[in-house]
Amino acid sequence: MVVKHAIRIGTGAGYSGDRIEPAIVLAQKGNLDYLIFECLAERTMAMAQQQKLMEPRLGYDRFLGDRMRAVLEICFRKKIKIITNMGAANPAEAANQVVETGKQMGLNGLKIGVVQGDDVFAILDWERSPLLEIPHNASAVKDKAVSANAYLGYEGITEALAGGADVVITGRVADPSLFLAPMIQEFGWAPDDWDMLGKGTVVGHLLECAGQVTGGYFTDPGYKDVPNPADLGYPLAEVFPDGGAFITKVPGTGGMVSVDTCKEQLLYEIGDPGRYVTPDVVADFSHVHFEQVGEDKVLVAGGRGRPRTASLKVSIGYLDGFMGEGQISYGGSTALARASLADRVLRERLGMRGLDTSDLHSSFIGYNSISRTFPPSRPIEVRLRVIGHVQSLADARMIGDEVENLYTNGPAAGGGATRSARPVLAIVSTLLERNRVHPQVCFREV
Amino acid sequence: MLTTLREIAHSRAGDKGNTLNLSLIPYNEDDYPLLVDLITAGRVRDFFSGIVEGEVSRYEVPGIKALNFVMPNALAGGVTRSVQIDPHGKCLSALLLDMEIER
Repeated sequence: MVVKHAIRIGTGAGYSGDRIEPAIVLAQKGNLDYLIFECLAERTMAMAQQQKLMEPRLGYDRFLGDRMRAVLEICFRKKIKIITNMGAANPAEAANQVVETGKQMGLNGLKIGVVQGDDVFAILDWERSPLLEIPHNASAVKDKAVSANAYLGYEGITEALAGGADVVITGRVADPSLFLAPMIQEFGWAPDDWDMLGKGTVVGHLLECAGQVTGGYFTDPGYKDVPNPADLGYPLAEVFPDGGAFITKVPGTGGMVSVDTCKEQLLYEIGDPGRYVTPDVVADFSHVHFEQVGEDKVLVAGGRGRPRTASLKVSIGYLDGFMGEGQISYGGSTALARASLADRVLRERLGMRGLDTSDLHSSFIGYNSISRTFPPSRPIEVRLRVIGHVQSLADARMIGDEVENLYTNGPAAGGGATRSARPVLAIVSTLLERNRVHPQVCFREV
Repeated sequence: MLTTLREIAHSRAGDKGNTLNLSLIPYNEDDYPLLVDLITAGRVRDFFSGIVEGEVSRYEVPGIKALNFVMPNALAGGVTRSVQIDPHGKCLSALLLDMEIER
């Protein structure tokens, strides 16, 4: 095996709805070896699974087609391999879509690797799997459950890459593992070289949220200013066989890569920084350090790792009643008094209609919806928001309907009422012994 | 001298299930010992009383000279079932920076 001197890995998306243009720029000008699209949040998989239950040919990411039409041809010509979890609940059907797109573009020989095995609904021991968030076993939610997916590590992806895949499509894979896989494949790191896996996981974690390391989710005018934020470019890492890496972006794109953007992203969604658990390794971020080595170029070093855990995390999605919500605005110096009265009237009316109003949550947007302890003295506009978690769609609708009734039946000058009612797809998690989960890889070709 | 955290540090919020974390990163690494001294877990818990339920743990991150505050029951059931307008708690990092400190 020829070990490359370095590989360049770009992030084309950090969540399902992410912007597409930066991925095109990366494919065109990033001099990349790999382009990764990370598109699965905790709840996205459960929503995809629900969609697949209603329509067996769906259940993959809704922007898969748009993204592939945008980058597939250029990546194929430039030999940039694409890795993505856009398969969501249906990687096989997602692969069919990519095959179709490849055919339309005349990309003869395009090879697609499909990684499955994350769907553990049928093999989970629901009676004996304690949930991590609430003091029950998984059986407590089984009759309402719509999905149970284990977080897979890098193994299926490296197998697909070794088999010559140009595009690798997965379902649930831990976010950093999407990025670690090409490093392991290219550099031949041993599966128990925990420090190297830790270093690679640090790089993956920095990249996985796309624009969040290049100046997105960062600006605070006057304190943290970011150049050309509208054209925010997405990151790429140049990774070396010893696990060292530079985080950078395509010159000329908006945003910035600085020690501070990297520090913020290193601690994003982190518990104990000394124990970042992925399916591949328990990474230690405690001694990671950054150095600005050029414009929009930061050196990453100091990642470490310890042996991986014996079990994998499983995310369970289940239907948990409905959420009903309504909002209405009040202006002027007596806005808060009228909004407060509106809230009391609303609760009384909902009570008269038989709804248990003790669980309703009210807030006044512009006054206390975020900063509930230190409100300003006298807001000149507030927006009443009332929301309730209820058991039926009819009750959920009643909340918004009664908020709308405040137009003609409430305090003076209420305006801009909106209402919504939606099912709640809640997520809990449990653990599953690693040896019960088996990633499977298959290939498709154009 | 009385000032606010915003003058010397920045912060980012993250969430996993019902757990919120807030980083606290000094602009100038020389201010790290001051933050370690002043911004205890208890002080952050008191600051967010009425907003964040439950305990707050603090982790020191010596490599990047930053603190990480972890709040396991902060998000009213987590993003999927919270009734809050900001179910992820993303806005709370900006609130933290309004904390008054003496330096």
